[in-house]
Amino acid sequence: MKSETRSEHFDPPSLIGTLLRKLHIDIPLFIGLCLAALLSFVILYSAGGQEVGILMRQAARVGLAFALMTVLAHVNPYQFKRYSAILFGLGVFLLITVLIMGQIGKGAQRWLDLGFFRFQPSEMIKITTPMMIAWYLAEHALPPKTKQLFTATLLILIPTLLIAKQPDLGTALLVASSGAGVLFFAGLSWRFILAIVATLAALTPIIWHFMRGYQRDRVLTFLNPEADPLGRGYHIIQSKIAIGSGGIYGKGWLGSTQSELDFLPESSTDFIFAVFAEEFGLFGCLGLLVLYLLIIARCLYIASQAQDTYNRLLASSLAFTFFVYVFVNIGMVIGILPVVGVPLPLISYGGTSIVTLLAGFGILMSIHTHKKRLSR
Amino acid sequence: MPLTYPVKDNTAENRLFFKRIIAAFVVISLLTSGLIVRLVYLQVVGHEHYASMAKENSVKIVPLVPTRGIIYDRNGKILAENTPSYSLELIPEQISNMDDTLERLQKILAIPDEKIDSYQKQRKRQKRFVSTPLLVNMNDDELAKFAVVRPFFPGVDIQTHLIRHYPYGDLASHVVGYVGRINEDELKELPVTEYRGSTHTGKIGIERSYETELHGKTGYAEIETNVQARSLSTLTETAPESGASLYLTLDIDLQKTAYDALESYNGAVVAIDIKTGGVLVFASRPGFDPNPFVVGISNDAYQALQASENQPLYNRALRGLYPPGSTIKPFIALAGLEYDAISAHQKLYCPGYYQLPGVSHKYRDWRKGGHGSVNMNEAITQSCDVYFYRLAATLGIDHLYTFLHKFGFGEKTGIDLVGEKSGLLPSREWKQARKKQAWYPGETLITGIGQGYHQATPLQLARATATLANKGKTVMPFLVDRMVTAHATQPGPHPAPAIIPLKEDHVSKVIDAMIDVVHSQRGTAKSIGRNINYQIAGKTGTAQVFNIKQNAKYNEHSIDFKLRDHALFIAFAPADDPKIAVAVIAENGGHGGSVAAPIAGQVIKQYLKDAH
Repeated sequence: MKSETRSEHFDPPSLIGTLLRKLHIDIPLFIGLCLAALLSFVILYSAGGQEVGILMRQAARVGLAFALMTVLAHVNPYQFKRYSAILFGLGVFLLITVLIMGQIGKGAQRWLDLGFFRFQPSEMIKITTPMMIAWYLAEHALPPKTKQLFTATLLILIPTLLIAKQPDLGTALLVASSGAGVLFFAGLSWRFILAIVATLAALTPIIWHFMRGYQRDRVLTFLNPEADPLGRGYHIIQSKIAIGSGGIYGKGWLGSTQSELDFLPESSTDFIFAVFAEEFGLFGCLGLLVLYLLIIARCLYIASQAQDTYNRLLASSLAFTFFVYVFVNIGMVIGILPVVGVPLPLISYGGTSIVTLLAGFGILMSIHTHKKRLSR
Repeated sequence: MPLTYPVKDNTAENRLFFKRIIAAFVVISLLTSGLIVRLVYLQVVGHEHYASMAKENSVKIVPLVPTRGIIYDRNGKILAENTPSYSLELIPEQISNMDDTLERLQKILAIPDEKIDSYQKQRKRQKRFVSTPLLVNMNDDELAKFAVVRPFFPGVDIQTHLIRHYPYGDLASHVVGYVGRINEDELKELPVTEYRGSTHTGKIGIERSYETELHGKTGYAEIETNVQARSLSTLTETAPESGASLYLTLDIDLQKTAYDALESYNGAVVAIDIKTGGVLVFASRPGFDPNPFVVGISNDAYQALQASENQPLYNRALRGLYPPGSTIKPFIALAGLEYDAISAHQKLYCPGYYQLPGVSHKYRDWRKGGHGSVNMNEAITQSCDVYFYRLAATLGIDHLYTFLHKFGFGEKTGIDLVGEKSGLLPSREWKQARKKQAWYPGETLITGIGQGYHQATPLQLARATATLANKGKTVMPFLVDRMVTAHATQPGPHPAPAIIPLKEDHVSKVIDAMIDVVHSQRGTAKSIGRNINYQIAGKTGTAQVFNIKQNAKYNEHSIDFKLRDHALFIAFAPADDPKIAVAVIAENGGHGGSVAAPIAGQVIKQYLKDAH
């Protein structure tokens, strides 16, 4: 009987609760995501110049994303495991396809035009990479040996480099960290982790060599924003002014002057946190960070309760990647990380990232709601 | 307990995984604390500093717009320049009685009421300290009148702006192009930082093709401002870098000669310096005055240009597609010699028509009685159609296509102007792909006299002529000779030529015939060959605008002007040491020899006289 397997969930008595459970929705995670989406509308209304049109478009995307999450929550996690390698291979194939198409047509291309909608393979690979690595490592005894570590690194590097070539540094970073997350949770020894960090530091000049002109500009601008006050540095300077002027209590909803006066560019997409910080102050920021931490904590809890290695690794890695999202975006907006194109998860305006994020949460919910009862 | 790897040890794995979950949560918490520390630093410690920056916007960054590069012709004559434009501007904040001031100004300068009204509207939309124009583009008279009374009008002043001006108006409108206000689509394409402050961008012609070079590099100044964002003082300044000045290969005087020589005909003249590929003349008639486009052309005026049946906005030299007509014959003759399909002295009989075996259709010669027995020289000189029907039939469409393609027909010349058309050189494959039909032998015949599907731009014709004159070393046309900035002079594109392998004897046979077109008694363009001490090699052409029915007679006087044949002429000179190649198309001009050849003659004679 299905209802027997649900006893460990906390039980709101309402009809909605029953319905959500039937839909394989994890209620605490669902509440957290709904709060974040609500917050997104509130802040988008202000950052987007109080236009209802933006809200409607965002609502359509969020709706689609929640629907996809529900569908994935329904799928038995065994199916994810089974198709991990195939989905990963398909993702890499599509990445190569866009790269070749991009070279035939001029300039960078990130999407495939399927006629009725545009599909970004780099979004799909954000989820299939941790699936692949988790599947591969779960086949072997943990912690991974050197040989498996080597293979896994190679598997992570393929999509990462393909995306970096597009060029989309932000997404490449997220894909790499989703794969690295699996390795970490699989028990990669601390000595290895230190060695990798050291190697990366040593590789910096080589990475620098392969960067595009505008990517280098971003890093230089980050190191010295005043060098280009009209262009890239302008973002960081204006963003710091917006956040700093918000103070402890903020200027109140719709009270942002920086974005209002058009000082702050990209205020509804990558730099939306600056508007949030200006309007809701330090308390608002702390509240948002707490909400994010609660979502991450719930995800890590789900991972810890998962019953097989694949599910654990995948769930924990998805939780970790979500945090990387938050950290990289806020870090860049408050001027402690270089500007890479990563949106503020669940809050920023824009379609593709929210769909992928909620797809990830859908998988987490599936893992949590399809457990078999262990005999005690 | 198993003792060897790799066997899963679930208990150990579980323990390890829980440790990692804890570790991850610790790392996440630490990093989040880092974010919080930074937020506290910005929002608590730095709050006052940032709050004052936000409130006062104490430092504003304003772009300094670079001066656009000037466009010169080959002799340094200015084709596009920046001229000052004067406007009368008022600063409301400094005017105690606005209504009185406006009333007095209206009397002195005879300003119409509408302008006063529109000023009042504009003023209300702006801050009180912003200088707002009342009159733009003031003339000398208005400037003088205001200069006298200026001391009595505090807060009113003359402001100077630079606007683009094209002194030659319609003469070079298609090649130089014009600038206009940046529209929404362009705003997305143009680099944001560079165009902060720029209002105009190149729309067509050289102004468009060399937009980046002409525009220059935007500078910026940090300006200290107060609460109302009024400028107080400049803190630092990075000067803008003016755009590069372009020196074209175009000769504007020669362009004028060509443009005027076209008279009332619509058409195009292209002349190329054979030695370099530099384009000397790039005329398309009718042109249009580009100057109204700079300040914003009125809707009515634009509609009138668009609707005109002469299509003045259409760049015929670059985009006009015409059947080359008989001007293709020298190339066909050369193909015949190169493929060994005929020899130069071999005679073919012309009864005035040609029939394919087993087909009743008569492919007619332009001369009803025919030319009798003609060799290659006579066939080119008299432009015998039947000779070329037979030669084309012998060569076949595949050879024709391959050979003509080498001379650049059917593909873009690669000139440094945007919007070039590639024309159409028909082939068996093209017809199969586009029309889903096989190639018919009859179509080969009319391709041999430059009719049918073949379409070429005047630029392509000029280029092919120059390449023929150059004995197979292809001439690659370009317009910008050099770009000059304050720091450096850079050469223009100067594309590298390719070599078409041709027998020198074959080429000179064809060129001799082209000389006879101009200099022999029976030549179709003998009118332009007199009184010069060098030789011109040329070929006339007539392109059919519509098909005459079998057995019908074409009478040029009885039919509508718009249906009359196009007159064409290609030429180069001096024949022994070619310097200039010309292609002329006069739409509905009738005969190439009587209408198009004299235009080319004038251009060649003036150029070679100037060159001496």
